[in-house]
Amino acid sequence: MADPTINKNDGQAPVEIALAPEVGTPRLTRREAMLQLLRVGGGAAGAAGVGVWLSEHSFRPVPDKAEQARRDHRTADNPQFPHLTVVQGGEPRALVQRALADLGGMGRFVGHQDVVVLKPNIAWDRTPEQAANTNPEVVAEVVRQCWQAGAKRVIVTDVSCNEPRRCFQRSGIQAAARAEGAEVLLPDPEMYREVDLGGVVLKSWPVFTPFLEADKIINLPIAKHHGLVGVTLGMKNWYGILGGERNRLHQQIHQSLCDLANFMLPTLTMMDCYRILLRNGPTGGNLEDVATKKTMVAGTDPVALDAYVAKAYWNLDAERLPYLHMAAARGLGTVDFETLAVKISQLG
Amino acid sequence: MARSRLPLWRRISQIFFLLLFLGLLFFTSLSLFPGGATEIHLRAPVRLFFEWDPLVALVNALASHALYRGLLWSLLILLPTLFLGRFFCGWICPMGTLQHFVGNLPSETKRGKQRIDSNRYKRWQTSKYVVLLAGLVAACFGSAVIGWLDPFSLLVRSFGLSLLPAFNVAVHAILTPLEHSHIAAIKATGETLHGILQITVLDLRQPHFAQGLILGVLFLAILVASLRVTRLWCRSICPLGALLGAVSRWSVLGLHKDPDSCDKCNRCLMHCQGGDDPIGGVPWRKAECLMCMNCVGSCPHNSLVFRFFRKEKEVASPDLGRRRAITGVAAGAALVPLMRANTGMGKSRHERLLRPPGSLDEPGFLSRCIRCGECMKVCPNTALHPTLEQAGIEGLWTPTLVPRIGYCEPSCVLCSEVCPTGAIWQITPKEKGWVVGVGAQQQSQPVRLGTAFYDRSRCLPWAMATDCIVCEEWCPVSPKAIYVQEAQVIDSAGITKTLKQPRIDPSRCVGCGACEYACPLQEHPAVYVTSIGESRSPSSQILLNRK
Repeated sequence: MADPTINKNDGQAPVEIALAPEVGTPRLTRREAMLQLLRVGGGAAGAAGVGVWLSEHSFRPVPDKAEQARRDHRTADNPQFPHLTVVQGGEPRALVQRALADLGGMGRFVGHQDVVVLKPNIAWDRTPEQAANTNPEVVAEVVRQCWQAGAKRVIVTDVSCNEPRRCFQRSGIQAAARAEGAEVLLPDPEMYREVDLGGVVLKSWPVFTPFLEADKIINLPIAKHHGLVGVTLGMKNWYGILGGERNRLHQQIHQSLCDLANFMLPTLTMMDCYRILLRNGPTGGNLEDVATKKTMVAGTDPVALDAYVAKAYWNLDAERLPYLHMAAARGLGTVDFETLAVKISQLG
Repeated sequence: MARSRLPLWRRISQIFFLLLFLGLLFFTSLSLFPGGATEIHLRAPVRLFFEWDPLVALVNALASHALYRGLLWSLLILLPTLFLGRFFCGWICPMGTLQHFVGNLPSETKRGKQRIDSNRYKRWQTSKYVVLLAGLVAACFGSAVIGWLDPFSLLVRSFGLSLLPAFNVAVHAILTPLEHSHIAAIKATGETLHGILQITVLDLRQPHFAQGLILGVLFLAILVASLRVTRLWCRSICPLGALLGAVSRWSVLGLHKDPDSCDKCNRCLMHCQGGDDPIGGVPWRKAECLMCMNCVGSCPHNSLVFRFFRKEKEVASPDLGRRRAITGVAAGAALVPLMRANTGMGKSRHERLLRPPGSLDEPGFLSRCIRCGECMKVCPNTALHPTLEQAGIEGLWTPTLVPRIGYCEPSCVLCSEVCPTGAIWQITPKEKGWVVGVGAQQQSQPVRLGTAFYDRSRCLPWAMATDCIVCEEWCPVSPKAIYVQEAQVIDSAGITKTLKQPRIDPSRCVGCGACEYACPLQEHPAVYVTSIGESRSPSSQILLNRK
C-alpha cells in the first residue's frame, strides 16, 4: 500500500512554490531593521551572558562545611561554694531554691542580659506523676530564678522522642514555664543547623538552633532507669539537642554520651530527683515504677553529678558506666565525687 | 420591580458554610490547651458535617442496625428537605459550593447557547439515583462503600490527605528561598510570613499520605468537569443529592412559572445549577432543583417565583423508571458479595492491615467506615494512611497504621474521637489501657493493634554484633513488651562482645509500632508489627491465654 502521507506532501509542494514569488511584500525601513537587529542581538548577548555566568557557577555540589563550635558555658570554680549540692525532703520549688542558694545563687550562673536556654527532659508523652519528664515545677522555678538574675530571654525547649506537642502539653512543662514567662519552643524541623560535634564517633549532626545561640545553658535532666546504659541522667539529656537519626547513637552509646558532653558543657546542671523512674525506663508509664525521693542534685561537674546519682539510687558504680570514665579522661569532670566539695542538706 | 435578593443570601450562606467546613477541617488536628491538661481532646465539633449528613446516617443504620452517636442530628437536614426540597445542596454543601464557584468561571465550551443547552434537564442525571440505590443495597449487605462517593467523605479525604499537604509543600517551597535571602528585607518578610502561617494553617511537620496524588487528582477532575457541565458531580453522581432529591418529592415549596409574562429569554437556564428546567413551557423537575434561586434572580420579568402550596404541573419524583431502579438494586446486591468473594477477608487478610485503636472487628468496621479520612487527618504522627489493596477491594481508602511512618501514640485516642460512624468506636486513654496507673492492671485488657516480631537477620544485636535496643527504649508499656537477654557474640575481628539481644513478649505487646518506627533500619525495619493478636478479632490470636 502506498504511503498516503508522502502523496499528500507531494501534492502540497507545488502550492508552496506557487506562493513564493508573490509580489508586493513591504520592505522594512533601515531604522526598523536596525532596531530589530538590536533587539535580537541584545537578547542573544543576554542569553550568552547568563549562560557564561551560570556555567562559571556550576560546581559539583559540596555540602556546607559544618560549623565547629564547641559550646563551653562552664562556670568557674569558686572555693566558697560546693561543686555538688544534694537537697532532700522538700517540694520541687523549695528544692530548687535551696540548691541554688547552696551553690551561690542564680546570679553566679546567669548574668544580666543573658539569653538562657533551659534543657529539661520533655522526651515522652507522659504526665509528671509518671516521672518520664522533668518535673514542671522544677522547670518553672528555674525560669523564675533566671528572670530574677536579670536574664534577657529564658527559653525552654527539648527535641522530644514522642510527638512533641503531646510531650510539651502532657508533661505540664509548657504550661508551667509559660506561666513564669519563659519562651517555650517546640522543635521546629526547620530550626536545625549542621554542626561538627568534634567527637570520636559523633561528627556532623544537626543541632537544634536555640542550643547553639544561647549565652547560658542549664541542664535540667530527670534521673531514670535505661535499658541499655542502666541509667539516663544528666549527660544523656544532651541527646535532646540533636535532630537527625538519633536512633543510631545507641550503637556506641558510651562514646556518644562522652562526645555529646564534650560538645555541650553546661553552665549548671540541676538533676530532678523529686520522682525517679526505677524500672522500665526511660519511658515508664506505670506508677509502680516511680519512687518519690523529693531530692534535687545540682552542681557544676556533670560527671560527678551522674556518678553520684547512679550510685545513690541504682547502686551503680562508675565501673558499670564506662561513659563516666571516658568523660573524666577528656577532662569534663570527676568520677570520684567523694573527692569534691559536696554539700548535703535536709529541708523541713 | 427589583430583582430578587435571594441569590445574594444564598451566596452568603454558601461562603459561610464553606468557611465553616474549612475551619473545622483545620481544627481536625492536635489542639493544645493553654493549661497543662493531662488529656488531649479536640476542641471543635469537627464531625459536624457528617452528623448533618442523612446519607451517612441512613447507611450507618442499614449496615449496623444502629445509629452512632450524633448521627440523629442529620434529621436537621432531612426533615426540612421534606418540606423545602434540596436547599442543602444549593445553600450549604461545600462540595456544591466549590463546583458552583468553578462552574461560574469563564469557559470556552460553556457559553451562550451551549450553556443554555447544557443546563436543560438530561436523562443521565438519573444516574445518581442508581448510585444511591446501589449504595443503600450495599449497606443492607453490611458495607458502607457509598462513603467513596459521599460528598463530605470526598471533601475531607481530598483536602485532608492531598490538598492541604500539597498546600504545605507549596508554602514551604515559596518561603524557604525568601528566608534564605541575603537581602534583609526579603528575609524578614519571609520569616514573618512563616511565623504567621505557622501558627495558623501550617503543620508542625510536613504531612504525607499514601495515594495523596490520586486523591487530589480525582478531586480536581471533579472541579474541572464542572467547567464543562455545571455541577456535573451533583447532577450525576452525588448519592446524598440523590437521597435529598428523592425525599423532596413531598416538598410543599415549589417553583411557580407565570406563563403569561415569560418571553422564553432562557436567562433562567443560563444560571441554573440543578438542571431542573425552570423555563416556561415544560414541567419543573423538583428532585433536580437545588433551590439556588438563580432562576428567580435572573428572570427579567419576575415570571419565576418560589411559592408554598402551589398547584401546577411538575415532575416531582426522580425520573428513574423501573429498569434503572432494578439496575441500581442489582448492582448493589451484586457488588458486596462479589467483593467479598475475593481475597481480603478472613484469613487471607493482609498481615500489615493494622486498624486504629478502638476499631471494630473487620465486618463491623467495613459496615461503618465511610473512608472519610478524618482519623488520618487528625493523627498527630500521620501514622494512619488510606489503604490501596491491604483491606481488599472493598476496603479501599480505609485507614491502616503504617508504623514505619508513625506509631500509635500511647495515650492518644483522637482518631476514635473524630470517627463519625463508630467504625473506630470512641475510647478513652484509660480504655486504651497502654499506660496504667497503680492498681489499674487488673481492670481490663488493653486495646491491641497487633504484635511485633523480630527479623533477626537484620537486627543489629542479633545479626551484626552491634549494640542497639532502641526498640526497647521506645516500648511504651510497663512492664516493657521487649525484654533483653545478654549474649556473647563474636564480631568480624574475632573479638567476643557481650550484647543485649531483644525479644518480644507477645502477652504484653500492644502493637503500637513504636519499636518499628524507632528501628535504625528504616527502610525495612528489623522489628515490625503484624495484625495477629489484634484485640478486635477473636480468631486472630497467637496465645491461648493472654496475661
